[in-house]
Amino acid sequence: MDLNPSDEQVQLVEAFEALYAKESPSERVRSAEATGFDADLWSTLIETGAVSMAADEAAGGWGATLLDLALVAEQHGRALGSAPIIDAQVAVRLLGRLDSGAAKDLLVGHLAGERLVSVALHPPIGGVLRMVPAGAVADSVIFFDVGELFAMDLGAERAQLRTTGAMPVADLPVAGATSLASGAVASEVFERARDEWMALTANALVGLANRALEIGVEYVKERHAFGTPIGSFQAVAHGLANARTSADGAMLLSREAAWAADEDPERFSELARLAFGFATEAAREASYASEHYHGGYGFMAEYDIQLYWRRAHAWPALMAEPDVIFASAERARLDRLKKGA
Amino acid sequence: MDFRLGESSEAFRAEAKAFLDEHFTEDVERMMHETGIHHSWDLHRALADQGLLAPSWPEEFGGQGKGHLEMIAFHEEFQRAGAPTYGQGTTAIVLGIILALGSDELKKMIIPPALRGEFIVSLGFTEPESGSDVAAAQTRAVRDGDEWVINGQKMFTTSAQDAKYVFMLTRTNPDAPKHRGLTTFLVPIDGGGVEVQPVQTISGERTNITFYSDVRIPDVMRIGEVDKGWDVMGLGLTLERSGAHDGHTIRLQRAMEAWATTPNEIDGTLPADDERTLAKLGRMAAEAEVTTLLARRSAWVADQGGRPGVEGSMAKLFSSEALLRQSRDFVNLMGPDGIRSFGDPTAPAKGEAEYALRFALGTTTYGGTSEIQRDIVARNGLGLPRAR
Repeated sequence: MDLNPSDEQVQLVEAFEALYAKESPSERVRSAEATGFDADLWSTLIETGAVSMAADEAAGGWGATLLDLALVAEQHGRALGSAPIIDAQVAVRLLGRLDSGAAKDLLVGHLAGERLVSVALHPPIGGVLRMVPAGAVADSVIFFDVGELFAMDLGAERAQLRTTGAMPVADLPVAGATSLASGAVASEVFERARDEWMALTANALVGLANRALEIGVEYVKERHAFGTPIGSFQAVAHGLANARTSADGAMLLSREAAWAADEDPERFSELARLAFGFATEAAREASYASEHYHGGYGFMAEYDIQLYWRRAHAWPALMAEPDVIFASAERARLDRLKKGA
Repeated sequence: MDFRLGESSEAFRAEAKAFLDEHFTEDVERMMHETGIHHSWDLHRALADQGLLAPSWPEEFGGQGKGHLEMIAFHEEFQRAGAPTYGQGTTAIVLGIILALGSDELKKMIIPPALRGEFIVSLGFTEPESGSDVAAAQTRAVRDGDEWVINGQKMFTTSAQDAKYVFMLTRTNPDAPKHRGLTTFLVPIDGGGVEVQPVQTISGERTNITFYSDVRIPDVMRIGEVDKGWDVMGLGLTLERSGAHDGHTIRLQRAMEAWATTPNEIDGTLPADDERTLAKLGRMAAEAEVTTLLARRSAWVADQGGRPGVEGSMAKLFSSEALLRQSRDFVNLMGPDGIRSFGDPTAPAKGEAEYALRFALGTTTYGGTSEIQRDIVARNGLGLPRAR
């Protein structure tokens, strides 16, 4: 067992930590609130290789593992980065698994930074892809519908949705889609992409939870009531201790899930979903505790903790509520146990 | 990063499994539930015969030099099997303390026969008037020449009916500040003056209250310096919280997954076809995995040469609170049938959820309550001021 990242991973984390410190301080996060998209941050991320790192070396990428991407995602979540890094990386990995010429062309444009590709997490309902991550800023979207995987180029007219947490999501009517794959391959590749999105988002939620707790802990050490720092009251301290414990558990589970993609593939689906469900609740617990112990200030837009609380509720909601995720994790688990893996 | 415990850990786990297959028989399990005594002499002696009472010790002291990551695999198997290990566990804690802090004479007297499986040792920390506030112990030890005279009471001296000694926290200086007037001793139970009174619990586990009236022991039974007992306790409490925590959760998980994937005898329905059941199983799977990971992280920190104080508290806190949530979830899910008791032939899944619900209550208290663990995480982990 070794819970330390490798030297290369430490360097990777430090590089992204520095990038986010410079390009995603809270003023920048706030100025991108209306759209959830910071074009300058996004171009810096692309220049740094945040998208191409997800591709195989053969395709001109860095061949990063899912665990490498997860450690970057954790930094992204800490900084509440206003950029679709996870959606773009999941699209890279999805396209890399397909053989069709259309998929290859799409990947080339995506890696070159010319056409941003995102993945719809759910099939269309009534001819509309709803709440598509990065749907408001992507140039193409990949989606799954009735056994077939499609790509669709997006026009300019897309209404910016207002949501609980600033995100460039959009509802996209399906029109003029091209088939990328069908049959078993299509559904396997789509399920895999969803699992990878969950594994990476779980790690982003861990980063979010960690930073939210730092903000809360700092506040309760400074704020005095009844003549003493409020952090000395058990009612406050114990809530934060619970949240810290959940966040530690979420961190271990989310990293294990990303690690399993390469090292324990039979358990990957199950772990990715368990991690996503658990990290969702841990991030909501952490950001709620920290918001609440700010008292009335936590309710004010001026204090940063509200940014964390809103995103902890909004980001994971794009997939599903935790109970739905836990049920799907258990389905994957029971399948694996039945196969005797 | 690598989330596997490693080959040597898995080899040692296999040894534990083989041992349990041979020695943790149905009879041993039945006796444990009938008597509420989570100690089996047959099992204990068999462990001693195979040199498995203190495998983590250096070979020169009768151990096998196993590391923390090997030990946690071993303990996970024992817990997951549900084997009775209280006597073995408390004895190991006390032997660890004696090895670290006992006099040479005491080491010679206690360690070799204990490792041969000849006796077990109970813990005597808690008193009727002091639980979480361990240092408030009032049991008195008064010096009389080369002897000490002990008077008082200890609560939850589990396994005392089978033990030869109680490792006891006493007050030797009532005038000194609370933490500076304590001394620890190894008190023989059958030397006269000790009364062991059984105490029954919600889970069916038997524990004891023990009474001490003018118990005279020689000074050689003292561990650590006079009035420095709190330092000794520091080591004891850390040892009590380290180790595996996932056994009870994983046993419940196995039982509930078997229940959910077996058609109901009454109407043939499969519980796992219900989304709500699946969600609860999934939630339990997440919490079980987190329980395993938090405990293994503590072992890993220790393996790296660190002291997993906060990590150990998190593992203890999370595992016990999660077990309580999970068992409650499943008892609720089963409706009226959920309260059919463990041991009743009509109980679904043999009543494992019902048993776990009662058992979990103890785990959130013994070894330091959840509130104490949260205090430790808040103060030592988050750097918050001492709680009030």
